[in-house]
Amino acid sequence: MIGQLLMRGLLAGLVAGILAFCFAYVFGEPSVDAAIVFEEQMAAAEPADPGAIEEEPLVSRPVQSSWGLLTGILILSVGLGGVFAILFACAYGRLGALSAAQASLLLAAIGFISFSLVPWLKYPANPPASTFDDTIVYRTDLYFLILAISLALGYGAWMLRQQLLPGLGAWNASVIAGLGYVVAVAVVFLIMPAVNETPETFPATVLWEFRIASLGIQFVLWAGIGLVFGSLAGRVLDRDGTSRIAAA
Amino acid sequence: MSDNTTIPALAPQPFPLREVTPWAIFGLIIGLIALYFIGLEQGALALFEGATIHEFVHDARHLLGFPCH
Ligand SMILES: [Zn+2]
Repeated sequence: MIGQLLMRGLLAGLVAGILAFCFAYVFGEPSVDAAIVFEEQMAAAEPADPGAIEEEPLVSRPVQSSWGLLTGILILSVGLGGVFAILFACAYGRLGALSAAQASLLLAAIGFISFSLVPWLKYPANPPASTFDDTIVYRTDLYFLILAISLALGYGAWMLRQQLLPGLGAWNASVIAGLGYVVAVAVVFLIMPAVNETPETFPATVLWEFRIASLGIQFVLWAGIGLVFGSLAGRVLDRDGTSRIAAA
Repeated sequence: MSDNTTIPALAPQPFPLREVTPWAIFGLIIGLIALYFIGLEQGALALFEGATIHEFVHDARHLLGFPCH
């Protein structure tokens, strides 16, 4: 049964990844291209380095923005779909009287907030040429640190909700756990260092559009996983779940 | 004593956690490998030489919010 759920999770990740790619291609790529134009202008303004050799790009721009983008998004979305299915298997039946589709959507909302939204709020996505090359390791450390903290706090909020559930009921327990998560995230945001490397001349509209597109891609990804997995899992589970309740 | 005519508004039976554990380890490994290749390889860390993987998934790395250049 869990193997079947995993297959459905990978499939949901595939479908969601294709949707997210379409969104990214239409709404994200224009700002990537605009950022690369800015990058080339900056490079042209620098005094020419006589020793520099004109490098042939390893992967052409059209390939990067189509097959490369699709492959990259699919790697993440299929991986997330698989993990999602396993988390669903842990959560299903422990969330209260929710159907498989409802449980899937709830889990996708939690995934979007803790995996995508919270890290994005502290360290938003940056287009090409808006950060310093030599801080890549530092910025990567910070990003994965906030990702790990956000996921850990999400798990903590979940445990708190389960603790409060018997005494306070589903609604109150969820509200208190949710508020606790928000307060804990706010404290972490205040403690962790800011990253502000964007050059003053970088076009502000490009930065804004890139970041909003980035958040939109993540939203499409999670919404797709939640909806597709919910309907696929519902076909196996609700039938089976009902019979299990009746037998109990 | 099963009575199939009434379906109570109860939570469905959860899977026993020890049944999920081996799958969870498997799923975690898939997830971490995916995260590594999209977020880190030939950026902050590198298993393979060169920059072809980085260049190929470059736009996805930026647009999915992972640090790059
Ligand atoms: Zn880059």
